[in-house]
Amino acid sequence: MATTVPMTAPDTDIRYVESPIRAFAIATMFWGVVGFLMGVTIASQLAWPLLNLDLEWTTFGRLRPVHTSAVIFAFGGNALLCTSLYVVQRTCRARLFGGEEMGWFLFWGYNFFIVTAALGYVLGVTQGKEYAEPEWFVDLWLTLVWVLYLVAFGGTILKREEPHIYVANWFYLAFIITVAMLHIGNNLALPVGGTGRSFGVAGGVQDAMIQWWYGHNAVGFFLTAGFLGMMYYFIPKQAERPVYSYRLSIIHFWSLIFLYIWAGPHHLHYTALPDWAQTLGMVFSIMLWMPSWGGMINGLMTLSGAWDKLRTNPALRFSVTAVGFYGMSTFEGPVMSIRAVNALSHYTDWTIGHVHSGAMGWVGFITFGALYWLFPVLWRKSRLYSERLVAWHFWIATLGIVLYITAMWVSGIMQGLMWRATDELGFLQYSFIETVAAMHPYYVIRMLGGLLYLAGSLIMVWNLYKTVTMVESEEPQALPSGAVAAAAE
Amino acid sequence: MIDELARHHGVFATLWVVWFFVLFSGILVWVLLPSRKRELESHAQIPLRKDG
Repeated sequence: MATTVPMTAPDTDIRYVESPIRAFAIATMFWGVVGFLMGVTIASQLAWPLLNLDLEWTTFGRLRPVHTSAVIFAFGGNALLCTSLYVVQRTCRARLFGGEEMGWFLFWGYNFFIVTAALGYVLGVTQGKEYAEPEWFVDLWLTLVWVLYLVAFGGTILKREEPHIYVANWFYLAFIITVAMLHIGNNLALPVGGTGRSFGVAGGVQDAMIQWWYGHNAVGFFLTAGFLGMMYYFIPKQAERPVYSYRLSIIHFWSLIFLYIWAGPHHLHYTALPDWAQTLGMVFSIMLWMPSWGGMINGLMTLSGAWDKLRTNPALRFSVTAVGFYGMSTFEGPVMSIRAVNALSHYTDWTIGHVHSGAMGWVGFITFGALYWLFPVLWRKSRLYSERLVAWHFWIATLGIVLYITAMWVSGIMQGLMWRATDELGFLQYSFIETVAAMHPYYVIRMLGGLLYLAGSLIMVWNLYKTVTMVESEEPQALPSGAVAAAAE
Repeated sequence: MIDELARHHGVFATLWVVWFFVLFSGILVWVLLPSRKRELESHAQIPLRKDG
């Protein structure tokens, strides 16, 4: 596996960097399972609080950021690094800037960041900002790794042999640049001598606004723009058809870039944030319907005339269903950003359900689709070990998502209605603990949904492991590069 | 100098909106001009080329 395979394509002399990309692909699988397992663990803790174990290291408060960071930054981040470094080389027809060494530095550097951050959470080292919990020393390390990521990606684009920069690279580049800006802006802090702790530069409502400028654009640029880059490369590859409309993809890109950055204030409705800023956030969130649905139509219509492939290619089914979930959760999000709706939905499980339809349905499924395509290509196999297992993964995971989000819709709306219910004299009708008790069945259903999603991912790990290790008798044929089969073990 | 700029903040803010509107409209025109259709749509083939 660690052997470097010089891959010389018949019509070019480019030796693409691939070994670190294989490592990123394996890390994506590994962190996916860890992240889903942590999710099932904390979902179980909510249903059965005894599972906190009465130990400070295993309380919900410490394990919850382990779950969110594991799925977003470890699973999602490794998937983005893996695919972006693969896609930029192929579509630019240029070897990765910095070569193998750059790839390996990014791999170990990024994964060292993940491990350091997670250890901090468990041990109670946190700056208490959602999705930006790591303390300043971890933040500085990530900044270094990220700047080198930008250098590697941008450098590859600069030395490209293909005159045009393919649209997937625009999305990846926007993701890399914006995440750098958000990370630095939100983590400006003054370390306090010797304790590893720090105080943020901003305070009060300004701090809250900067945090959600960061937080929502982590959704917009990490979980959306980056994975759209994946969509614009892997769906055409899997469907063997060009994207439905290249012009629509350019408009999709620029409208997303112009609008997303302003949507953050919808996280702070009915707070000390000035009303005009709340209204601004709401209006920009609603405008996001246009690029989101434009992009969804572009992804889905790529299948136009080839819908039958969904019957025969279960991996493509993942990618296309992902785009469906993208459309669904980007419809739901703007609805929830409307202040009157937010008055009911905010702080309830509805938000959690919304996030998970995006995270499990869009981010997870588009990644699974890409992994099922990439593994045979990266390990020089003509096919996957088992298409049937891909289909099993697909249906188990889909059922898991459906259980998860329907449970959270019911639970969240019920929770919101119970909180605001008053009797004829104007007194609150329910005590807080009554609303908690009412959630119990839905928390159990949600945990079962997560368990199914985790089970599906284990099927994927087994299938991809067998794909890598299986011995094929004939020469591989379906390789895009026509590369020679290599003893890559 | 700073005071002078601060006094005109409202004007600059409005101009910034106008500038973004013009910029985005320019992108739309540049992308949607019928004469550019063939060239732009040809870029969609990049991932499907050999070794893409």
